[in-house]
Amino acid sequence: MLQLDNITKSFGARTALDGVTFSVRDSRMTGFVGGNGAGKTTTMRILLGVLSSDAGEIQLDGAPLDAEQRRRFGYMPEERGLYPKMKVREQLVYFARLHGFTQAAAGRNADSLLEELGLGERRDSTLESLSLGNQQRAQIAASLVHDPEVLVLDEPFSGLDPLAVDTVVEALKQRAASGASVLFSSHQLEIVERLCDDLVIIADGRIRASGEREELRTQHSAPRYSIVCSSDLGWLRGEPDITVVEFGGGHATFDAAEPAAAQRVLRRAMADGDVTSFSPQRASLAQIFREVI
Amino acid sequence: MNTTTAARRAPSFTQSVVLVAEREITTRLRSKSFLITTGILLLLVLGGVIAGGIMSKNVSTTPVAVVSSVSSELSNVPGLELTVVDTRADAEALVTDGTVDAAVVPSEEGAAVPVTVIAESEAPSSLMQGLSLSPELILLDPSDTSYLLSYLAAFAFGIVFFASGMTFGPMIAQSVVEEKQTRIVEILMSAVPVSALMAGKVIGNSLLAFAQIVAIAVLAVVGLSVTGQAELLTVLSAPLLWFVGFFIIGFILLAALFAAVGAMVSRQEDLGTTMTPVTMLIMLPYFAIIFLHDNPVALTIMSYVPFSAPVGMPMRLFLGTAAWWEPLISLALLIVTAALAVLLGSRIYNNSLLKVGSRVSWSQAIKG
Repeated sequence: MLQLDNITKSFGARTALDGVTFSVRDSRMTGFVGGNGAGKTTTMRILLGVLSSDAGEIQLDGAPLDAEQRRRFGYMPEERGLYPKMKVREQLVYFARLHGFTQAAAGRNADSLLEELGLGERRDSTLESLSLGNQQRAQIAASLVHDPEVLVLDEPFSGLDPLAVDTVVEALKQRAASGASVLFSSHQLEIVERLCDDLVIIADGRIRASGEREELRTQHSAPRYSIVCSSDLGWLRGEPDITVVEFGGGHATFDAAEPAAAQRVLRRAMADGDVTSFSPQRASLAQIFREVI
Repeated sequence: MNTTTAARRAPSFTQSVVLVAEREITTRLRSKSFLITTGILLLLVLGGVIAGGIMSKNVSTTPVAVVSSVSSELSNVPGLELTVVDTRADAEALVTDGTVDAAVVPSEEGAAVPVTVIAESEAPSSLMQGLSLSPELILLDPSDTSYLLSYLAAFAFGIVFFASGMTFGPMIAQSVVEEKQTRIVEILMSAVPVSALMAGKVIGNSLLAFAQIVAIAVLAVVGLSVTGQAELLTVLSAPLLWFVGFFIIGFILLAALFAAVGAMVSRQEDLGTTMTPVTMLIMLPYFAIIFLHDNPVALTIMSYVPFSAPVGMPMRLFLGTAAWWEPLISLALLIVTAALAVLLGSRIYNNSLLKVGSRVSWSQAIKG
């Protein structure tokens, strides 16, 4: 587990990060969400040791993070770049070797990764001859080629077509499933919502919310329910502790002052007829995001 | 996630440097412009050697005065235009007034060699080679090397240093900017220490530059031997060795500075402005050597100033005007300067690498 504790960073008079604290757990995908300039990239750079923090500590599995352990990190910076005139496979082998792989092992990793990401046929093309989407895939490959134990990806999905997003999502999920901790940022909230197990929301250099996605959704959900029933639900209007938000004969959306009131509604509806759907309405990521920042 | 630890061992600092240097070298060797430049440089050297060979062949007859009693000694020497005189005094007179290049006279009683050669300022090589037994040599107006030869040597040392500096320097700077411009530097920085990155660049390119001058030297040596100018080699060999030593250190000095100024900009287009001061450090010594090589004071100063020392000191050694300890002091000065440049360079490199956008100012780059 990667733990950031009270990380602070200023650039001149501007405070970029103010006591940033959160954790990235093993075998899980952690989504890192925030507006432009909120501090995502700075946090990631500090995680990778590309920038140094003014104060605070980062721990990996309970011990302070050092350069040696950072070698087992995979990083995809927000601003993309590989050597334009170097062949794709060659670059991947170079990066793997920089991380300590032997030539042979680096070659094997590069080959299987290129296949996995659908770049197998372009392995000997120079980067600049690839389409933008394929360049993005190559970029992802560069962050994965040394089998990192911790993955830090800054906007890994931006610029990808939906098909490529699926390929990359698959690749990341697989890494997480085999034990890697994955921290990724994205502006595309629906992708984050679909993908992440845990969520960290940052604004103005401060962590506004962090934790398991479902827990956060529950925390930030209004006590709102929707119900679909074979009988008319007109009686809902007269129920105590219930406010009807939307009504249309056999279906309704309502807020309950307390969970017990919602359960009472369900029991009455089931006594009246067949309930085909009863569900609490969970806050979407976009709602949570708007609420906390 | 321990499946791959067997295949992976964290690379040491040295290994990282080697990897970076290796990439620099292979990238260069694949670049067409680099191969073409090197080819042109080698062709120039070859052309110079051949031209020198043709010129030395054209001056085929050397006027030589000979005292009649020993004229038989020269009968088998080719390429001489003999003037037979009666006495040693007559012969010396002809040498002094320039009618002949040298005179061959009988040696003093008891000398090991039967003849003595008298010349004005230098012994004609065709005569010296022709006399199979080395005769005793008396110079009436000793000067160690001819003007033309010293000019050519100055020019050769100067142009080799200049050409290497001007090819590899900007190349290093460009490769730094490329990494910064494409933002790949962030990935690199997350994998290897910044100092290893810079060291790899400097070392890789220095090795290439060095290989290039070795190629030039080999070509020159072989060419000179083949075209029958081997005697020039014996004169040049010691200064040449010193030149190589000075060149290596001098080049590292330049390479570190070029890497640093490369790190200060974010786009290739802006490179010109930061590179100018460093380019000047190559250009000025080059022109100074060309124009001031026959001014002993200027040359002495230049042989100690670190940026011109790689050309100036071998030059003075070649002219024979430097004492044995002088190149050592000059080299020590150069090494200290190079070390300082590497320190300053890596500081600038470190401070500037992540700063994107406008050009990083010198004060920002140095203070951080």
